[in-house]
Amino acid sequence: MTTVTGALTTARRPFILRRPMKTTGVSSWFTTIDHKKIGIMYGSAALIFFLVGGLEALLIRLQLAGPNGTVVSAAQYNELFTMHGTTMVFLVGMPMAVGIGNYFIPIMIGARDVAFPRLNAFGFYVVCAGAIFLYSSWIPGINGVPNGGWFGYTPLSDTPMTAGFLPGHGPDFWTIGIIMLGIGSTTSAINFIVTILNMRAPGMTLMRMPVFVWMMLVVAFLTVFAMPIITVALIMVFFDRSYGTLFFQPAAGGDPLLYQHLFWLFGHPEVYILILPGMGIVSEILPVFSRKPLFGYAVVVFSGIAIGFLGWGVWAHHMFATGLGPVAISAFAVSTMLIAVPTGVKIFNWLSTVWRGSVQLTTAMLFSLGFIAMFTIGGLSGVLHSVVPADTQQTDTYFVVAHFHYVLFGGLMLAVFGGMYYWLPKVFGRMLNERLGKLNFWTMLIGFNLTFFPMHFVGLYGMPRRTYRYDSGLGWDVWNLVETIGAFIIAMSTLIFLTNVIVSIKLKRGAVAGNDPWDGRTLEWTTSSPPPEYNFADIPEVEARDAFWHDKYTEDDEGRLVPLPSGGADAGGGGGQQHHIHMPSPSFYPLVMAAGLIPLGYAAVYRSFVWLGIGALTLLYGLYAWAIEPATEPEPESAPARTPEPAV
Amino acid sequence: MATIEQTNEVGAPASRGGSPGHDPHATATGVTNLKLGMWLFLASDCLFFGAFIATYLLYRGRDTVGVGPKELFDIPFTSATSFILLMSSLTMVLALAAIQRNDIRRLRIWLLATALLGATFIAGQVFEFTEFNREGLNLTTNLFGSSFFVTTGFHGAHVTAGIIWLMSLWGLASRGRLTQKDSERVEIAGLYWHFVDVVWIVIFTVVYLVPQPGPTGS
Repeated sequence: MTTVTGALTTARRPFILRRPMKTTGVSSWFTTIDHKKIGIMYGSAALIFFLVGGLEALLIRLQLAGPNGTVVSAAQYNELFTMHGTTMVFLVGMPMAVGIGNYFIPIMIGARDVAFPRLNAFGFYVVCAGAIFLYSSWIPGINGVPNGGWFGYTPLSDTPMTAGFLPGHGPDFWTIGIIMLGIGSTTSAINFIVTILNMRAPGMTLMRMPVFVWMMLVVAFLTVFAMPIITVALIMVFFDRSYGTLFFQPAAGGDPLLYQHLFWLFGHPEVYILILPGMGIVSEILPVFSRKPLFGYAVVVFSGIAIGFLGWGVWAHHMFATGLGPVAISAFAVSTMLIAVPTGVKIFNWLSTVWRGSVQLTTAMLFSLGFIAMFTIGGLSGVLHSVVPADTQQTDTYFVVAHFHYVLFGGLMLAVFGGMYYWLPKVFGRMLNERLGKLNFWTMLIGFNLTFFPMHFVGLYGMPRRTYRYDSGLGWDVWNLVETIGAFIIAMSTLIFLTNVIVSIKLKRGAVAGNDPWDGRTLEWTTSSPPPEYNFADIPEVEARDAFWHDKYTEDDEGRLVPLPSGGADAGGGGGQQHHIHMPSPSFYPLVMAAGLIPLGYAAVYRSFVWLGIGALTLLYGLYAWAIEPATEPEPESAPARTPEPAV
Repeated sequence: MATIEQTNEVGAPASRGGSPGHDPHATATGVTNLKLGMWLFLASDCLFFGAFIATYLLYRGRDTVGVGPKELFDIPFTSATSFILLMSSLTMVLALAAIQRNDIRRLRIWLLATALLGATFIAGQVFEFTEFNREGLNLTTNLFGSSFFVTTGFHGAHVTAGIIWLMSLWGLASRGRLTQKDSERVEIAGLYWHFVDVVWIVIFTVVYLVPQPGPTGS
C-alpha cells in the first residue's frame, strides 16, 4: 500500500497518500469505490472460495468413497469439514449475495451509487482480510487450522489452548476470523439498508421495488442484528481460551449450552441470510422468462418479511437433542412448523408466476425452476425437524447434511448460477453460451441429486455426521460411492461454467448483449451493458412496479400485451447525451484500514504486542486519513464555478 | 435531539451539501445517510451488549467460590462515576448546540468537557477494577469475575473509543476545520456518546443495583 505514494501535487495534506484519481487499469481496482466494481470483486472472491470450499468437499468425498478410507487422517478430516463449512457459509454464500446486491441494488432502485461508497469498499476488504487470516492458518508451522466444526461448539472448542481437547491455535484462528468477517458483513448490511431506504429514485416506493431488493433489505436487517450475537459468543470463547475466563467451563458452573443458544440465535437467522437472496434472484428471473408479472408481489414481499421475523424464533430446533424440556421443545416445534408457511406460500407464488406464462427455457430459467424443485425438497426435509421425535433420531446424522445442502446448494447456489446467466450479460456486455449453459444446468442438477439425495438414506440408516471413516457392512457403502461420483459431476459442471465464462466473456465469443437482452422488467435493463460509472445519466422517474416493462408494453382490452411505440427508448439510461456527473473519488484508505485487521488478528492469537502495534497503527492511520479526506475531491477544472470546499 | 435540529436553519448537514454526484435533495426517508447508518450501527451494538448482559444474568448467583458482588460493590462510588458519565451527555448536547450556532469556542469547551467527564468515568472504572483485583477477583476467579470484567470492560472500551472520537473532533475544531456546516459530524458522535451512556444505565441497574441472589457471600 505504500508503493503508491507518488509526487504530492496536493501538498496540503502531507501525511495522507495522494488521492488516487484513476478509474481504469489494474491499480484502480484497489482504490475503487464504484459499487459495480466492488460487486464484481465480491463475486469473484466468492467464486474463488467456492472452488476452494469445493476442493475441500471433494477431499471429504474421496475419503468417504468407500469404507475405511485412508485419503486423509482423522485430524485432517476435522480441518477439512470445518473449513468447508466455514468457507461455504461465510466466504461463498454471504459474499456472493452481497456481491450481486452491490452491483444491482443501486441500479434496480434508480440510484447512482450506494450510500457509503468507501464503507462499501472497506466491507469488501475486511471480508478479504478475514479470508486471508483464516486461510493463513494452513501455513506450515502455524498449527492452527480450525478443526472444531463451523459451529465451534463448546466445551470442545473452549478449553485453554495449552491443555485441552483442541490443542494448537485452530479455534483461535476460527473465532478471530469469524469476528472479522462479521465486521465486514455488518458494514455492508448497514450500507444496503441506508441505500435502499434513502436513495430510491423518485416514484420508487417501497412496494414498487424489485423483490430482490426487498429480500436483500430483509437480509441486511437480519445481518445487522445477528452478527453481534455471534461476535459476543466468539469473544467469550476467545477469552476462555486465551485469558482463562470461565464462561463455558462446566467445572466452574459455566454453561456450554449457552454457547449453543447464542450460536443458533445467530445461526438460524444466518440460514435466512443465505437463502433469502436466492429467493430474491428467482423472483426476478421467473417473471422475465414467463413474460408475466410476479404472482402476488405483495404476498411474496410480506412472506419474506415474515420469514425475517419468524427466523428469530426457531433457533432451538437445532438443539432438540440437548434436553431443553418439553415446554421449550414444543414451542420451538410449533414455531418451526409456522415458518414453513411463508416459505410454502412463496413456492406457490413462483409456480403461479410460471403457470400459463409464455415460458422461455433459458439457462437462467432452468436454474430457477431447479431452485424451486430442490428448495422444496430441502424445505420438506427441514420441516420434518419440527417433529421432535424424528428430529432427535436424525440429529447429527447425514440426514441433516442432506437437508441443508438441499437448501443451501439446491437453493442458494442454483439461484446464484441462474443469476449469473441472467445478469452477467449486463455486467460484462456479453451473453453466456446457452448450449454450455444447459449442459452446466443438467450436469449440476444430476450431480447434485446424486451427491445429496442418498445422504437422506444413509442418514436414516444411522450414518453419523463428521465421521472420518466407517466400517463396511452397515449398508452405507454403495450410497457413499454414489455420493462421491455425484460430487465429481458437480465439480465437472462447475468447470463447464468457468469455461463458459472464460470463452464467452474473456475471449469475447459470446454475442453482444445490448441493453436489454431478455426483454427485462426492471431498471437495470434500461442502462447500457456494462452500465456507465454513474449508472443513469438522468435519474429515472418510476411510475409503476416493473417500471421498464411498463415503459415498453401496455395491455389491450383482452389483457394481451401490446408493445408501446417508443419501446422504452425514453426510459433514462446510459445511452443519452453525456452529462457532467461528478462521482465520489477513489480512496486508498478502505484497503489500508482493512489491512490493519490482519496483524490485529495475529496479535489476538499470539498475544503479541508487535503485531498489535503494526495492526493498530495501520488501522488508525487508515481511519484518520479516511475521516479527513473528503468523500469527493473538488474537480480539477470544474466547469461550473464552485466554491472550493475546505478539506474536512 | 429533534428539537435542536429544527433550530438549525443555516447549516445544512454536510452530506447534503453540494456535490452533484450525490442526490442533492432530501433522502427518501428524510434522515441523512450518515445518521441512518449510525442508528443502524447502534441497533447492532444493542444486541452486542444485550448478549453480554444476558450472559451476566444467566450466571448471576451461580458461583460457589471466590468473592462476589456483595463483598465488592461500592454502590455510592459507582453511583458517583455513573452520575459523571450521565452529565457528559449534557455537555455533549451543549457541544452540538454550540456548533449549530457556529459558536466554535464553546464547541471546543463542551467537547473537551465531555471527553474529560468520560475520562473521569474511565478512571473510576480503572480504580474499581484494580480495587476488585486487590480483593481477590480476576477474570479466572469465578463466573462473576469473568462476566463482570468482560461486560463492563467492553463498555469501557466503547467509552474510550468515544473519548478518542471527541478529542479528534476537538482537534479539528481547534484547527478551524470543524464549522457550522459540519454540525452533523458532532451530532453523529453525540448519538454514539448518548448510546454508550444509555448502555451504562442498563449495566449499572442490572449488574450493580438489582439485588444479588444466591449463596455467594451470604
